[in-house]
Amino acid sequence: MSSGKGGELIPSSSELDLDRPNIEDYLPSGSSIHEPLGKLRLCDLLDISPTLTEAAGAIVDDSFTRCFKSNPPEPWNWNVYLFPLWCCGVVIRYLILFPVRVIVLTVGWIIFLSCFIPVHLLLKGHDKLQKNMERALVELICSFFVASWTGVINYHGPRPSMRPKQVFVANHTSMIDFIILEQMSSFAVIMQKHPGWVGLLQSTILESVGCIWFNRTEAKDRETVTKKLREHSQGVDNNPLLIFPEGTCVNNQYSVMFKKGAFELGCTICPIAIKYNKIFVDAFWNSRKQSFTMHLLQLMTSWAVVCDVWYLEPQNLRPDETPIEFAERVRDIISVRAGLKKVPWDGYLKYSRPSPKHRER
Amino acid sequence: MGNTSSMLTQYDIEEVQQHCNNAFSQQEIVSLYERFCQLDRNGGGFVSGEEFLSVPEFAVNPLSQRLLRMLDGLNFKEFVAFLSAFSPRATVQQKIEFIFKVYDSDGNGKVTFNDMLDVLHDLTGQFISEQQREQVLTKVLEEAGYTKESLLVMSDFVKLHNMMHVAYLMVVRNSLVLVGSELSTPDYCKTLLSLSSQSVFEIALQVTLECST
Repeated sequence: MSSGKGGELIPSSSELDLDRPNIEDYLPSGSSIHEPLGKLRLCDLLDISPTLTEAAGAIVDDSFTRCFKSNPPEPWNWNVYLFPLWCCGVVIRYLILFPVRVIVLTVGWIIFLSCFIPVHLLLKGHDKLQKNMERALVELICSFFVASWTGVINYHGPRPSMRPKQVFVANHTSMIDFIILEQMSSFAVIMQKHPGWVGLLQSTILESVGCIWFNRTEAKDRETVTKKLREHSQGVDNNPLLIFPEGTCVNNQYSVMFKKGAFELGCTICPIAIKYNKIFVDAFWNSRKQSFTMHLLQLMTSWAVVCDVWYLEPQNLRPDETPIEFAERVRDIISVRAGLKKVPWDGYLKYSRPSPKHRER
Repeated sequence: MGNTSSMLTQYDIEEVQQHCNNAFSQQEIVSLYERFCQLDRNGGGFVSGEEFLSVPEFAVNPLSQRLLRMLDGLNFKEFVAFLSAFSPRATVQQKIEFIFKVYDSDGNGKVTFNDMLDVLHDLTGQFISEQQREQVLTKVLEEAGYTKESLLVMSDFVKLHNMMHVAYLMVVRNSLVLVGSELSTPDYCKTLLSLSSQSVFEIALQVTLECST
C-alpha cells in the first residue's frame, strides 16, 4: 500500500483541525489551475471507483481499528512435550508468584498508609516538608506496585532534572505507564477521572503530587483544564507535569495523533518513549474490554512486565513552528525511538464519530 | 448464520461462497468473517450503520451515506455479497452493476439526471456551485448523446465501461488488502481542477495516509 510521502502529515497553518493536511502538497506538481487537458467525457464523470475503492478498503481493514487491537499471542503449548511445561508455568504463576506478589503489595500499602496518613494530617503546617515526604511516599508505593508485577524496567537516558517550565510527554499504553514513570521521579499527571477505587486513589493520594483531573465527556472541560495546566507549569514548586498527548490508550505498536494542548504551554517539552516487551505480557489496557482491576490481576499473574523507558532530548518550540507541527515533530521522535507506527487519526475517535465538518471539506 | 459465534463451519463457508458466486476463496471468507465480527460490536449478527460509521476512514468518505443505505443491517452472507464486486474474480459486468446500484438510489433500474447530480454533489460538495455542476453534467451528457431528461439503464453504463477503471481486492498474507487501481483519468482530475481549486479525489485520498505494511 502506498504510504503517501512517508505517512507524515504536513499540517496547515489553521489550528482548527489537527488532521487537515495542506492540500497544495497533493496536487500534481506543475499543474496549472486553468488548463483543462483533454475533454471531460461522461464515463469520466460517472467513474466513482477510486472513492468506492477507499470506502471498501476502510470497511475491510482500517488503520484506526488496528491501533486498538491486542493481538493474542500464538499458542505454543499445544503438543505433548510443551503442554506439561505450560501447565507447570500456570501453577507457578497462579499459586506461587501471585500470592507472593499480593503479599508484597499488601505490605507496601500498609507501610505507605501508615506513613502517609500521619504525614498528611500532622504536618499540615510544614508545607515544604510535607510535600517532600508525600512525594517520597508516592514513589515508594509505585515501586511496590512495580515489584508486584516483577517489573523489569530499563531506563535509558539522563534522569529528568526538576526544573520549572518543563513538561514531560509520553506515549500511552496503559495506566501503569504513570506508575512506571512515577517510580523514578515524581510527576504530576493529568488524568481522566475514573470511577471506583481508582477514583478514590486519585482524589486522595495523587492530589498530593499535584495531579489534574479532566472529564472527556464534558465539552467545557477543555478550557478549565488548559487553564489549570498553564497555572501548574508556571508554578515553581510544583512537580513537573506528565502528559499523555494521545489522550487514550493505544496498543504500543501504533501512535495516534498528539493533542496540541501540551505543546502550547510555552514550556520545554521532554519526550519519553515507553515500549513494552510483548513476550512477557501484553501491557495494553483495552479499557473497553477490561476494567483496571482485571488488568492489574492479569499483570500480576504473568511472569513479568518488561519494558524500556527512554528519556529523550528536551525540545523547544522553534520560531517558525506552530504548536501542531511541534506536536508532530515530538510524536515523530517518540515513535522512532519506541518503534511505533504513526497513524493520522485522533485518539478521541474511539469515543465519538468524525464530525460532519471533517467530511465536508 | 444469524448468530456471531466465532466459529464458522465448513458448511457455512461454502454457503457464503455460493451466495457470492465464488467471488472469494474460502480463506478470504474466513478473514472477512473476522473483520465482520470486529465491526459487529454488539454481536447482533449484523452490522448497523452506526457501527460502520465508527470506522473513521469510512465515515470521512464522501460516498459513505449512499453506501450506508446499501450496507445497513446486512448479515454476513449479504456483507460478503456486497463486497464481491471488489474481488479480483468479479467480472467487469459485476463491477459496473455495483457502480450502477450506487447511483440508482431508489432501485428502479434507472439512473436519472438528479441521481447523477446527487453523486457529484457528494463528491465535490462545496467546491463547485450547484449551477456549475448542472452545467457540466448537462454538457457532458449531451456530448455522449444523451439529454437532461434521459434515464440511463444498465446497458448504457456497460457501453461506457471500457473507459472506466475498476478496483481490486487482493489477499495479501492472509489478510485482505484493497489495492487501488490507477486514479481516474488524469484528464478528469485536471478538468475538475479547472472548475475548483481543490481536487476532490485528492481529498478522498488524504484520509488513507497509511504507513503500515
